[in-house]
Amino acid sequence: MSTDFETVIGLEIHTQLLTRSKIFCGCPNRFGAAPNTQICPVCAAFPGVLPVLNRAVLDMAIRTGLAVNGQIRLRNEFARKNYFYPDLPAGYQISQFELPIVEHGELIIEPEGAPSRRIGITRIHMEVDAGKNLHEGIQGASWVDLNRTGTPLLEIVSEPDLRSAAEAGAYLKKLRSIVRYLEVCDGNMEEGSFRCDANVSVRPRGAERFGTRAEVKNLNSIRNVMRAIEYEAQRQIDLIESGGKVVQETRLWDANQNLTRSMRGKEEAHDYRYFPEPDLPPVVIAPERIAAIRATMPELPDAKARRFRDTLGLSEYDAGVLTASHELAGYFEATLAGAAPADAKSVANWVTGDLLGRINKEGLEITASPVPAQALGALIAMIQENVISGKIAKTVFALLWEQGGGDPRRIVAEKGLNQVTDQGAIEAEVDRILALHPEKIAQYQAGKSQLLGFFVGEIMKATRGKANPGVVNELLKNRLQTS
Amino acid sequence: MESALPTLAAASRALAAGTVSSLELTRACLQRIARLNPEINAFITIDEEGALQAAREADARIARKEHTPLTGIPLAIKDIFCTQGLRTTCASAMLANFIPPYESTVTGRLRTAGAVLLGKTNMDEFAMGSSNETSHFGPVRNPWDLDRTPGGSSGGSAAAMAAGMCLGALGTDTGGSIRQPAALTGITGLKPTYGRVSRFGMIAFASSLDQAGPMTRTVEDAALLLQVMAGHDPLDATSIDAPVPDYAAALPCDLRDVRIGIPEEYFGNGLNHEIRAAIEAVQEVYRELGATLVPISLPMTGHAIPTYYIIAPAEASSNLARYDGIRFGHRADQPKDLRDLYCRTRAEGFGPEVKRRIMLGTYVLSSGYYDAYYRKAQQVRRLIAEDFSTAFAKHRLTAILTPTSPETAFLLGEKNQDPVSMYLSDIDTINVNLAGLPAISLPCGLDARGLPIGFQLIGRPLDEPAILATGHAFQQATRWHAHTPPGVTP
Repeated sequence: MSTDFETVIGLEIHTQLLTRSKIFCGCPNRFGAAPNTQICPVCAAFPGVLPVLNRAVLDMAIRTGLAVNGQIRLRNEFARKNYFYPDLPAGYQISQFELPIVEHGELIIEPEGAPSRRIGITRIHMEVDAGKNLHEGIQGASWVDLNRTGTPLLEIVSEPDLRSAAEAGAYLKKLRSIVRYLEVCDGNMEEGSFRCDANVSVRPRGAERFGTRAEVKNLNSIRNVMRAIEYEAQRQIDLIESGGKVVQETRLWDANQNLTRSMRGKEEAHDYRYFPEPDLPPVVIAPERIAAIRATMPELPDAKARRFRDTLGLSEYDAGVLTASHELAGYFEATLAGAAPADAKSVANWVTGDLLGRINKEGLEITASPVPAQALGALIAMIQENVISGKIAKTVFALLWEQGGGDPRRIVAEKGLNQVTDQGAIEAEVDRILALHPEKIAQYQAGKSQLLGFFVGEIMKATRGKANPGVVNELLKNRLQTS
Repeated sequence: MESALPTLAAASRALAAGTVSSLELTRACLQRIARLNPEINAFITIDEEGALQAAREADARIARKEHTPLTGIPLAIKDIFCTQGLRTTCASAMLANFIPPYESTVTGRLRTAGAVLLGKTNMDEFAMGSSNETSHFGPVRNPWDLDRTPGGSSGGSAAAMAAGMCLGALGTDTGGSIRQPAALTGITGLKPTYGRVSRFGMIAFASSLDQAGPMTRTVEDAALLLQVMAGHDPLDATSIDAPVPDYAAALPCDLRDVRIGIPEEYFGNGLNHEIRAAIEAVQEVYRELGATLVPISLPMTGHAIPTYYIIAPAEASSNLARYDGIRFGHRADQPKDLRDLYCRTRAEGFGPEVKRRIMLGTYVLSSGYYDAYYRKAQQVRRLIAEDFSTAFAKHRLTAILTPTSPETAFLLGEKNQDPVSMYLSDIDTINVNLAGLPAISLPCGLDARGLPIGFQLIGRPLDEPAILATGHAFQQATRWHAHTPPGVTP
């Protein structure tokens, strides 16, 4: 990318809320059912029916607002966004316009290998999702499925504060992690429950004014958001450098061909004729309600990472890795709880090392780990208690993985993997090995001290790893000195 | 001529006493409808079978002594209330064949109370009009003079009441659609406080103004109907969650504590002198009853019509977007594409007044015009509401007394080519909707042509008991409510 230009990005994110029922009626908020089976006259905008706000949506919006340090508007209002489309049965979308529920939020991002930055969140507002037009089946006809109509959404709009695809990626990951921690959204971009549109523009570095922006849609993964931003910024730079002008328009990302293409220009832009929704009174929130929600807020990734560092003594890196997702942090904490007397550091090593290594290698989610946190905790505890060695633990871990869980203590007992700490038994083995290698003893005593490792290895081999390495080391040193 | 058609209250007492059955009352209404409706055109849909069935059930319920004051009472329902399984047209070609799969809260409550629903009454299309001439099903004729309009938009309900086709009727009032036709047909019509009665299942014209109310022979009848209609509805977020008082119990009152405001702005030069005289006579009645009459001023009055004709069409343009030919209602044949489906469906389904208001509303909400029109109108609306609250507080008023309409029933065809002159018919009623206040229209005289004159009592928010009681006192002292159109006999 040319160094003469700076990319400016703002992201608009639509999060589908995990409420039991829809935003304005009692229909289930559920997916995958046969078309038009999860609807009622309110969903289908029949004459005379009215919307009634699901209070759970309001609570989730407040939670999300608090999580990004936003200001909650104690009096906010819904507005109608008017346009005709078959999947929009009322001919208007109920959204928020002039008075959204959350304003002036922020998110601190830490892009890899770059300094952390504060990204402003302009606003978060509640709105309703539309249905879906289906074009498969009959030639020359389209069908409308209204099951999704009425799904509650939060639209989270960032300031144009992002300056690179990497920052956009970090912002998305952070925000997705937060909505998952809050349990307001499953954050699934592929399935469209966490959707992102990117406003991208470029300007000569140092310029004050923003360039003309394009809105890029159809971004169904963080990777695609980043690729689309990179492509779009370069397209705009090339256009400007070849004497052209960027036009304000909506562009679609084509992930197969790695490019964006024009969808509709400004001249075709809708006049949405927003006005306050007269069917819903303004939403008035009591400060006590915000206080009550604040009191039940979960520990969010940043606070958790701080605690992992400061209280548990983990490294910055481990704390970051372990808090990146709500589920992983939960797994780590459950493992730690079962691993006493082992310390957090060794638990972190196991989780980020052996466990995540295997999880990533097999392309699994942490929630689908065949080794439950409890089992891993028990395994780590046994190392600390000298019941098994670290090496044996890896064997037991592999067994747990293959059989999809189980009690590691039983596995160790059944397979006879208990570490041998019996001084006499180990002594006998040490003497047997030393007797086989008189020349090596001479070399050791002549100053070749690294041969100690050879002896330890031979003894561990002979005891199939069960000898306590600490005891072996100590006995060997004694024998080699005295013989 | 005074002929005293039966009141709802009297019929209710007779039903309870067993001197008449609901089946008899219902049959009498159906017979009168069969005889008069071809000329008056008050009903779009007559549900004879459903009404007779409901009457039989009501009689059984009365026999079991499980009845309410409305059990067995035959009512006419404006065709704007969705009735499950019974065609609901809103007097539009768009919904000419629409059968709702749900019931409006108001009609549901009436049914639960045991009322008999005779059918659905004619109205201006989507309640947009003041003369009932915009109906897809043809105009309603005023029983007092068949060449004249009964007013609108609840003209069918008003005419049905005036002609004795029912014992009570439901109307809706967005800018005067209950009160103006009540005045023009010599009946009593109440628009409750905005939010007092649920709007669920009532087809929306202008959501922030629409309110359902009773149209009856007397104030007492209005109290009985309102008792069942009013109350919070979890299905309507704008309905008020406040206890419903006993309206009938509040009717008897001593007017010596009552202060009635007379706003000068409603008695300007445009007021017909016969109406002026009739309202002055009303004031005299109240004075004799011991009430205190207080001259007041409502300086924002003149801004009501332009304010209303921005806000109401703006909301309507959005509310009527759902009529797109995709899920219900009229759908254009053989559309070329989506745009053609939308354009032809709406061009064919809506009449000219509805189209005019959709265009007006779309315009005032458009980018670049919103601040000058819609936002400004909302600001003026607030000032109009303040005008009333200031007057009520400053003068410690119980009610404000005005004419209901600046004129008596006009000729069919007289105004329907001139929208602005038609819009001015609502000049005395529209302020009340903008302020969300309750108001009632009562008959108070006849002009030289023998056409009814009405007056309006406006109350404080949720103070329906006060205007009902004040109106009831007038009807106890006069007989104007007992007058019936020539040729209409009990």
